[in-house]
Amino acid sequence: MKKLEIEAVKENLNDVLSFVVSALEEAGCSQADLFKIKLCTEEIFINVASYAYYPETGPATIILDVSGGPVVVMLRFIDKGVPFDPLSKPDPVRNRPLREAKKGGMGIFITKTYMDEVSYDRKDGQNILTMKKAVVIG
Amino acid sequence: MTITKTQEGAKLTVAIDGELNTNTAPELEKEFETCLEGITDLVIDAEKMNYISSSGLRALFGAAQIMAEQGKMTVINACDDVKDIFNITGFVDILTVI
Repeated sequence: MKKLEIEAVKENLNDVLSFVVSALEEAGCSQADLFKIKLCTEEIFINVASYAYYPETGPATIILDVSGGPVVVMLRFIDKGVPFDPLSKPDPVRNRPLREAKKGGMGIFITKTYMDEVSYDRKDGQNILTMKKAVVIG
Repeated sequence: MTITKTQEGAKLTVAIDGELNTNTAPELEKEFETCLEGITDLVIDAEKMNYISSSGLRALFGAAQIMAEQGKMTVINACDDVKDIFNITGFVDILTVI
């Protein structure tokens, strides 16, 4: 299990992506799965950076675990910001993507589509978003 | 990310090299604010665009909105991963992706 503690600001996106990508490369994750998990990481981290502590900033913890056979990647995003369940938003309506994109719901929709499992929990004053995906190795 | 523009009359080709993400999308949006005047045929060459997030989609659709008024917009040479994002988000129904 790997852990990254970082200030939840957009400027740290590259560090967050490097953390995730290097761990997945180390695990031998296929390029197609790596692409999808990297994308979902960006969407969730930017969500936290944009809304959790607005207009202030605050910390985020990212936990990554690769385990099992078939191999499953688990990513958990934890922040201490205002309670916010991104999964409570309705999915965008197809054929109206432009409007939805401006509303910002598209990133969550992409994440729910690409990951096998996405869940939200509010515990001890923390937002905890966990996502899992079975990946192909090699 | 590197943006290369090639104009032939009212046709503008914008080639994107690298990742179109939250940090780089504003640069593309800024380009679109100034380079689309008088353009009726906008081509996005995505051959070297190896990644796009929802921020990148928003930048492309800002341009699509403008081009819907004044001409057409086409995305060419996108890799399968990027095309898949256009598909699942339904953007493929709005954009011409070839």
